[in-house]
Order: sequence, then C-alpha cells, then structure tokens
Amino acid sequence: MNNTLTIFKERIVDNNPILSKTLGICSALAVTNSMENALVMSLGLIFVTSFAEMTVSMLRYHTDKHIRMMVQVLIIAWLVIIVDIVLKLYLPDISKALGPYVGLIITNCIIMGRCESYAQNNRPVSSFIDGIASGVAYSVILLIIAFFRELLGSGSLFGFSILGSKWNNWTAMTMPAGAFFMIGLLIWASNEYKKKKKKGGKLYD
Amino acid sequence: MIDINPLLILFAAIFTNNMLLANFLGMCSFIVISNEIDTSLGLGQAVTFVLTITAVINYFIYHYVLVPLDLEYIRFIIFIVVIAAFVQLVEMIVSRYFENLYYSLGVFLPLITVNCAILGTSLFMVIRKYGLIQSICFSFGSGVGWTLAIVIMAGIKQQLKNAPIPEGLKGASITFITTGIMALAFFGFSGIVSIQ
Repeated sequence: MNNTLTIFKERIVDNNPILSKTLGICSALAVTNSMENALVMSLGLIFVTSFAEMTVSMLRYHTDKHIRMMVQVLIIAWLVIIVDIVLKLYLPDISKALGPYVGLIITNCIIMGRCESYAQNNRPVSSFIDGIASGVAYSVILLIIAFFRELLGSGSLFGFSILGSKWNNWTAMTMPAGAFFMIGLLIWASNEYKKKKKKGGKLYD
Repeated sequence: MIDINPLLILFAAIFTNNMLLANFLGMCSFIVISNEIDTSLGLGQAVTFVLTITAVINYFIYHYVLVPLDLEYIRFIIFIVVIAAFVQLVEMIVSRYFENLYYSLGVFLPLITVNCAILGTSLFMVIRKYGLIQSICFSFGSGVGWTLAIVIMAGIKQQLKNAPIPEGLKGASITFITTGIMALAFFGFSGIVSIQ
C-alpha cells in the first residue's frame, strides 16, 4: 500500500510527464476549454494507460523485440476504439466535442513511454497501478488547466455559472492561446517549486 | 460531402485553423526540435510529405474499404498502421536511392510516426466529411501550416537565446508562452475565413 502511494506521489508531483518532460501535450491542451471535456478525456486516458500497460506486461515474454512497438500501438489502438465506442453510445455530445482527440490518445507519448519503460520490465499488477498513476498525473494537470480556462474564459465550472453575470469573460482563455499561456505558467511554477525544494534539501543537509 | 471551395480549405488550414496553433497537434516535436531554422525546415518538409500522402491513402481506404464493409470504427487501427508502414517504406526507399536526402531527412522519419498532426489530419478529414480534392488541399495546407509555425518558432528561439529570461521560465515554458502569443497573432487571420 505504501509502495503504491509512493508511485503515485512520484508520478504526480516529482516526475509529472507533462510538466517535466512535456510529453502528451497535444491532446492535453485541446480538450481543456471546459472541465467536462477534460474530465471525460482524463478518464479515457486513465483507462487506456492502465489496461495497455497491463496487457503489454502480460505479453512481455511472448512478443518479439523487433515488433514490440507495433504490438504496443495495436494494443493501445484497440483500447482507444473501446473508449470511442463507449463515448459515442453514452455521451454523444461530449464525443462530438472531443472530435478527433479521442483517437489521438493513440499518439499520446505518455502511454507509449510507460509501456516501453515500465510495463516491458514489470509484473502485470504493478504495471496496472503504474498506468493508473501516470494517467492520474496527466489528469491532474489537465483539470488544473481546464479549471482556470473555463473559470476565467466563461465564468463557469462544469457548465454552471460561478462568477455571475458581472464577470467579463476573458475570451483569450477559451481560445487556443489561453491554453498555451496556462501550460507555460504551470511549467514555470513547477520549475520554481523544484528549485526551492532542491535548495531546501541542501540547507537541511 | 460538404461543399467548400478546396482553395479556401487550403488557406484555412495554413492560417486560420493552423494544425499547431489552433488544434495543438504535433506539439511534441515542435517543442523539442524547434531550435534551428534548417532542421525545422527539414522536419517540416518531411511532415508535409508524409501527411499529404497518408491522408490520401487513408481517404481511399476509409471510403472504399471501411465504409462499404461497415467497419468505420476500426479506422484508428487502420490509420496508424498505414502511417507507420508508409513511414517505414519511405525510409527504406530514401535510404536506398537518395542518399543525400536520407542524411538530411532520415533522422526525422521515425519521429514522424508518433507526430499527432499526421493522425489528426486523417481523423479531421473523416470527421469533416471532406471529398478527395478537399482532403488533398486540407492535408497539404496542414503540413505547410505546421512547417510555417515551427520555422517561425525556430527563428524566435534563436533570438530568445540572447534575451534575459528568468531561470525557471527557460526551456519549455517560455516556448509555450511564445507559442501562445503566436497563436494570438494567427488568430487575427480568423476573420478572413473560418471552417469547422
């Protein structure tokens, strides 16, 4: 249990894929104009990452080294198709709003990266947990960006008006530019945080 | 099929609906590779080439194989396999017959398979129900638009080297903020044409 918590903390805070390696940005930015879209996208990604890692891990002794990339892509694509079908059936509006970005989960570097670096060498259960942790780490950033973009851009959260009618919407936040600014500032904040932590550590020693 | 002038689509794909600045596609290589103008241009050309050809191949496969067989839902797998296979094929041909080109372009080819702009273009093409000519214009325009964005970024980055930037802001975060300003500038084009 403790071990699981450490994995989660490591993935989300210290080694967040979006903030420290700028992986998986493509789909991260496009769906953050509202909390609802971001949440659905996050759940889809957690599902795909965790099950893809588990499957890759289960098959790790049976796949040839040369074709493992192709096998991984096919596993991921197959899971994304499930997500796509489920979304179309139960949440048709959101499925339309997300458009091609559901399909683009396939080319999200985070999933391939985790399959290649973790699932290839670990047991299915721990790979599954690692997948959930990586997915959650991605989701946290997605939701933070979406929170600010929807709040400042349309004065609402999950479609409910929060800031009232007097609020002047910052249209720039709903435009693509807003997403770029938000992620830039987030990475800046995380860099400053890491620097501070490093310094603090040295003082303590 | 929807009825939009293909030239309008070409223009929109380059300026108003730029793959990178409006749709956020192809970010990974954009952030990492955009340090020198020459390399960016090389990568841009490779992306434009692969993007246009794969979009056409995917168009034919989707409309003449998948739709008649009612298999639209497996398009994700088909598209990604087509892209991966095509990139591999191009790499083999180029390395065999065009050695000079291989040395300038070769290093980028494997990167292209995971470039979301390529898969994204094929998916947009299907979702927006473009015809063949429209698809060709759209995919070529997307490639050119992506190249334009990455080359501009490379130019700005070279200037940024001499700028006094706070330590924590260096690297990816200043790139994103610059991209945001670029996106705002490109947003100025959107009054001219807009397609969805």
